[in-house]
Amino acid sequence: MKEQLQKDFDNNIKNLSLSQKDIEIKKFCLDNFIDKGFPNRKEEDWKFSDLNQIIKNNIGELSFYNDQTSTSKVDTSVFVDGLEHNKIVFINGRIEKIDFEYEKKDQIEIIDQSETINEFKNSNSLSDLNNAFTNKCFKILVKKGYQLVKPLIIYHTTNSKIWSKNINLRLNFELDKDSSLRLIDLFNDTSEKNFLNIFYNFELKENAVLKNYKVDKFENKNIKYSFNNIDQDKNSISETFILSSGSNFSKNEINCNLNGVYASAFVNGVFSLNNDKHHEIRSVINHLTENTKSYQLIKSVLDENSKAVYQGKIFVNSDAQKTDGYQLSKSILLNKESEFNAKPELEIYADDVKCSHGSASGSLNEGSIFYLMSRGLSYQQSRELLINGFLLDVVEKITDSEIKNLIKNMIGIEE
Amino acid sequence: MDNRQKEINNLKDYKYGFSTDIENIQAPKGLNEDVIKFISNIKKEPAWMLEFRLKAFERFKVLKEPDWQKPKFPKIDYQDLYYYSAPKSMKDKPKSLDELDPKLLETYKKLGIPLQEQARLNGIAVDAVFDSVSVATTFKDELTKQGIIFCPISEAIQNHPELVKKYLGSVIPTSDHFFATLNSAVFTDGSFVYIPEGVRCPMELSTYFRINASNTGQFERTLIIADKGSYVSYLEGCTAPMRDENQLHAANVELIALDDAEIKYSTVQNWYPGDKDGKGGIYNFVTKRGLCKGKNSKISWTQVETGSAITWKYPSCILKGDNSVGEFYSIAITNNHQKADTGTKMIHLGKNTKSKIISKGISAGSSDMTYRGLVDISSKAKNSTNYTQCDSLLMGNKCGAHTVPYIKNKNSESNIAHEATTSKISEEQLHYCQQRGLNPEEAVGLIVNGFCKEVLQQLPMEFAVEAQKLVGISLEGSVG
Repeated sequence: MKEQLQKDFDNNIKNLSLSQKDIEIKKFCLDNFIDKGFPNRKEEDWKFSDLNQIIKNNIGELSFYNDQTSTSKVDTSVFVDGLEHNKIVFINGRIEKIDFEYEKKDQIEIIDQSETINEFKNSNSLSDLNNAFTNKCFKILVKKGYQLVKPLIIYHTTNSKIWSKNINLRLNFELDKDSSLRLIDLFNDTSEKNFLNIFYNFELKENAVLKNYKVDKFENKNIKYSFNNIDQDKNSISETFILSSGSNFSKNEINCNLNGVYASAFVNGVFSLNNDKHHEIRSVINHLTENTKSYQLIKSVLDENSKAVYQGKIFVNSDAQKTDGYQLSKSILLNKESEFNAKPELEIYADDVKCSHGSASGSLNEGSIFYLMSRGLSYQQSRELLINGFLLDVVEKITDSEIKNLIKNMIGIEE
Repeated sequence: MDNRQKEINNLKDYKYGFSTDIENIQAPKGLNEDVIKFISNIKKEPAWMLEFRLKAFERFKVLKEPDWQKPKFPKIDYQDLYYYSAPKSMKDKPKSLDELDPKLLETYKKLGIPLQEQARLNGIAVDAVFDSVSVATTFKDELTKQGIIFCPISEAIQNHPELVKKYLGSVIPTSDHFFATLNSAVFTDGSFVYIPEGVRCPMELSTYFRINASNTGQFERTLIIADKGSYVSYLEGCTAPMRDENQLHAANVELIALDDAEIKYSTVQNWYPGDKDGKGGIYNFVTKRGLCKGKNSKISWTQVETGSAITWKYPSCILKGDNSVGEFYSIAITNNHQKADTGTKMIHLGKNTKSKIISKGISAGSSDMTYRGLVDISSKAKNSTNYTQCDSLLMGNKCGAHTVPYIKNKNSESNIAHEATTSKISEEQLHYCQQRGLNPEEAVGLIVNGFCKEVLQQLPMEFAVEAQKLVGISLEGSVG
């Protein structure tokens, strides 16, 4: 893999007009990655999902060079109907379109930050890989007091032009005081056997509100890793919803730092898996100052040899008195071969806190099925009803009604 | 000063902090094959036992000290320890209690061990361990009548080699982790219990451990076998004299329950925790593992951990037999600079297996407490259930309480439920108690005892009283 990395790196650098210093930094990151390789199960955070092995088994040899000199045509059929929205379109990892047609132009600034390298806290070798190979990096700044009228949908589209490729993406967001953003990540893949490595960084200033919905719904054979770092100031709110379903393997990591008083973070997730899929959500909520709040709810329905992993950590600093932290994960195993692993972790250094977590996994309740069948539903109908009800609980946590309906339609849940 | 205050003051300083002067026979310092041969030789062990030790030592040489645990400690120089020391007067084993070194008897008296008349009255058979060699075993006759074997493991190696050979290392193999392997190589003595088929052990079996000679790592080995349909309850209590250097204690405890058998293992651990500034204290790195080998078998661990500078142990159950049951009840209290990383592992392999974990952690002062546990339901363990509850109580904002559960479910017909909470003693509770005439320390003692009640109830009567007292003593000075 080493030669391939070196070769692809040199190819990539050739097409960019970078200063010597930037090249040095990128080289340094590359060397770091070569040194460490893909994370494997010897690392505590990857205990349940050995990425190195998964890539080996599913893709084999990866190549890292993406020819991004030519543009691809944006296929408008993938756009979401019935909801007016702003768009950012990635096709095979290349930004093809940024369109804030519904917003005041002077309130949103798009800054090209391709030359700045972000060091992510809590990072792993994948952030080095991302640093070394990301070509374009934009920062989206929502100015003071501006609340976006329409949601922003980021389309992550891949098509059959790429195969066995590693795609690296990076976006930075800054939400200034009193601003708000609704962001939907929509994955749409017609490609196979690629590895997507996505890093987002969010900076929330006082009173800012971020709602991020990640929807990976469509069947595909890609492997995805997505890392969200969220820094929150006083009174800010972040809401993250993850629908984890389509890809062969997917790991979503959320690292949230509650730096300001009264900041709160919500992480909700749904795993709906079948067909040998293996998905993971790992969240770390750092309560760093007093009167902060976090709430997490993860539910999974696992069929046909699938595997879901939830690793959630609540960290409470010794200054973070009056913290309120809650975490619940529940899963239903539908098939003998399916598997659910959880590691709900509490690390607490302050005494005046309210922290709790719960985790439960098991089969569908036979009693409930019996109840429904005795009222005339078929076995299949009862099963679906129970599963829908189980998942609806999480979807109902979405605070934005427009988007809630959109996501309900996507999963086909009706009330 | 009223009497109660006086009593508290007396208890504040470590109650069992003294050591007795007895000349020791020591193996040369350090760890090598010669030392292992020396230990084996002095114990007149058969060749297979020496082979077992050397095999473990071979493995030990390639192992690295683990470093994933939460409480960090200064590196231990394993070549700077004595691996064998025995009271000299033990060279020719005494035939009765009267022959014992009076100084030893005095030590036990101070510890309050009911070795003679008290033992009979309380109905406890005591196998007291002074440093590394068992000194006296009482009630032997009564147990022998029922066919129960309860003796030091070194004796069992001589007299019951077929049992020891069959079961020693069957739950904790010589190829296990670092400290367990070290123990397999150099263990000096410990207890051996065999309960024959269909026998219900008529009394609580109990051993008191005591670390005496300074710089002696103590490596105990306990093996308990409950044959088909039998029952035994085993108590283990620990106290150690006050010493400055850190003392390593790496014991191995193996439990084997065959068809329909039940083993109840209770521990009250109150080793020297170090002084108020965190100097000294025992390192308690113990490997405890039970195997529910037969159908319908049951193993239950109950522990009250109040002592030691660092407690690092995970009493575990391997639920291999169908319908077997594993239980774990724990209270862990840390104060001053104590650290604990404890919990359990429940490994479900058989069908219809059940496990229950109740863990209560209390941390005060500048201490740090971690619950770390594993529940693993394998794909063949149909219809298994687990229930876990771990609650932590924090007192003050310099201490930490952490929960790190690993939950693996590979079977769709099995259910796992896990709950954890962290809280502090509320002002309302304290106010209520004080309003009714309790002083703050008494109030905290009462509330904490209530918090721990679920676990304390699991202890045998004789232990429950001692444990309740300990809970109070351990938290002295943490309020106000």
